[in-house]
Amino acid sequence: MFDLRDLYQQVIVDHSKSPRNFGQLDDCNHQADGYNPLCGDKLHIYLRINDENIIEDVSFEGEGCAISVASASLMTDALKGKSVSESQAIFEQFQHMATADLAEAPDEAVLGKLAVLAGVREFPSRIKCATLCWHTLQAAVKDSETPAKTE
Amino acid sequence: MSVDGTDMNLNIDAIRKVFPILHQQVYGKPLVYLDNAATTQKPQPVIDALRHYYERNNANVHRGVHALSERATADYEGAREKLRALLNAASTREIVFTRGATEAINLVAASWGRTNIGAGDEILISEMEHHSDIVPWQMLCEQVGAKLIVAPINDAGELMFDTFEEKLSERTKLVGMVHLSNALGTINPVDKIIAKAHAVGAKVLLDGAQALAHLNVDVQALDCDFYVTSAHKMYGPTGIGILYAKEALLEAMPPYQGGGDMIAMVTFEKTQYNALPYKFEAGTPNIAGVIGFGAAVDWLCDTGIDAIAAHEQRLLAYATEKALNVEGLTIIGTAADKATVLSFTIDGVHPHDLGTILDREGVAIRAGHHCAMPVMQHFGVPATARASFAAYNTQAEINALFAALNKAQEMFA
Repeated sequence: MFDLRDLYQQVIVDHSKSPRNFGQLDDCNHQADGYNPLCGDKLHIYLRINDENIIEDVSFEGEGCAISVASASLMTDALKGKSVSESQAIFEQFQHMATADLAEAPDEAVLGKLAVLAGVREFPSRIKCATLCWHTLQAAVKDSETPAKTE
Repeated sequence: MSVDGTDMNLNIDAIRKVFPILHQQVYGKPLVYLDNAATTQKPQPVIDALRHYYERNNANVHRGVHALSERATADYEGAREKLRALLNAASTREIVFTRGATEAINLVAASWGRTNIGAGDEILISEMEHHSDIVPWQMLCEQVGAKLIVAPINDAGELMFDTFEEKLSERTKLVGMVHLSNALGTINPVDKIIAKAHAVGAKVLLDGAQALAHLNVDVQALDCDFYVTSAHKMYGPTGIGILYAKEALLEAMPPYQGGGDMIAMVTFEKTQYNALPYKFEAGTPNIAGVIGFGAAVDWLCDTGIDAIAAHEQRLLAYATEKALNVEGLTIIGTAADKATVLSFTIDGVHPHDLGTILDREGVAIRAGHHCAMPVMQHFGVPATARASFAAYNTQAEINALFAALNKAQEMFA
């Protein structure tokens, strides 16, 4: 029997209550909005990427459920200092983890702390809460004018 | 209500017996279904009516010369008469079957609206409308150059009647108003609204999607111009609803969609339209849905709308009292005249997380904007959690709801 605590692990509750890297990033050079029209979650991601394509800093603002806020908080923590192409690889692993078969263990070597969000796959209606920030990140890298959506 | 769930009017145990879906467990817990404002469950007579139609009578209506078609037509038209009687409409010519309340509003906007509303005219709605009573009017306004005016609500979630009255003018051609708000539970003073609107020459459309399972509606006594509803919120099937409109209005309105069934005579030069209400029912209709809708009306009337409403009021009062004792809980929608809906937020727990946690306790509620984003904007919240009650709900289920809420609060403590 799957337990609620597998989704709402202490790390997730903690990040949702005190999100890291929350607020505007003054010297950002990329940004984008993310929006989940079904549940009304809104995100804004700020990025500073240097000439070597390294994510020097990243932050977010917005409102959403515990899963979406914790996911954004964990994501920003994980991406600082990573290259854009590394972030792409992590995104793909994260995406895979969120939709993979229950029996498959997440790739913790790539995902690190982000693996605590593996529980969302047992809650199909909540997967998009966890992935909204990642789609918004993709949009920010491209400086997309239209808000990222999970649908 | 006595301990065993019976009262003078309603035997809740007997009612629960005819809803087969209620008798199941989800995640090992008994199902507590409190999402009735989204859709109600279906009693056995409705399920049986659908089955019976497909097992015995399936045929197209209105044109068959064989026994099955005659039976199907009789049941289909029989349902129309049940709807007429429920609303006390003057004639079955005033009952048009649609896919639901949404399509009925779109029908009025496209047909009556484009004919009768022009540049500079105004459509007046309220701040508590469902998107289905906002967007069709916005689309119409864009097409014809009319203006959408919004009458505000107060912080209890009630229409500010004085402001509503001030916004009415000779430019107002239509008032669109929800009868019972799905997001707040507010019951609007529709008789007063209609009287004031008629005084300036405006027509009134009432969105009764939530209302008919809880309130008695007499369209003639109200002098209502248009009334719309959906079967699935009143114990009937999905995908079927009605538009009630005064016959003179329907008579003057152009058809909404063209096709079979809505014609009297077709040549390539000209088509003569069918009589009411068929002029507005192009194509083979949702026959099973209509027959199921009729069975739902029968069940509702046999059970007693007044008795159901009284039972739901007791549940709402009980739940409201419990809610007031939960620390950090804010009720959204505290109108003096309200029914069946308890919408709320809890400090520190987002409604979607609440929804998920409650679900694992077997308790089904709705979390979100309830297709009424402007209501959320008024109260400054992205979403609310909403428990909504029906004939088959019990005090024990409300206790389960609050036990689950307690669990959610502990999880985020």
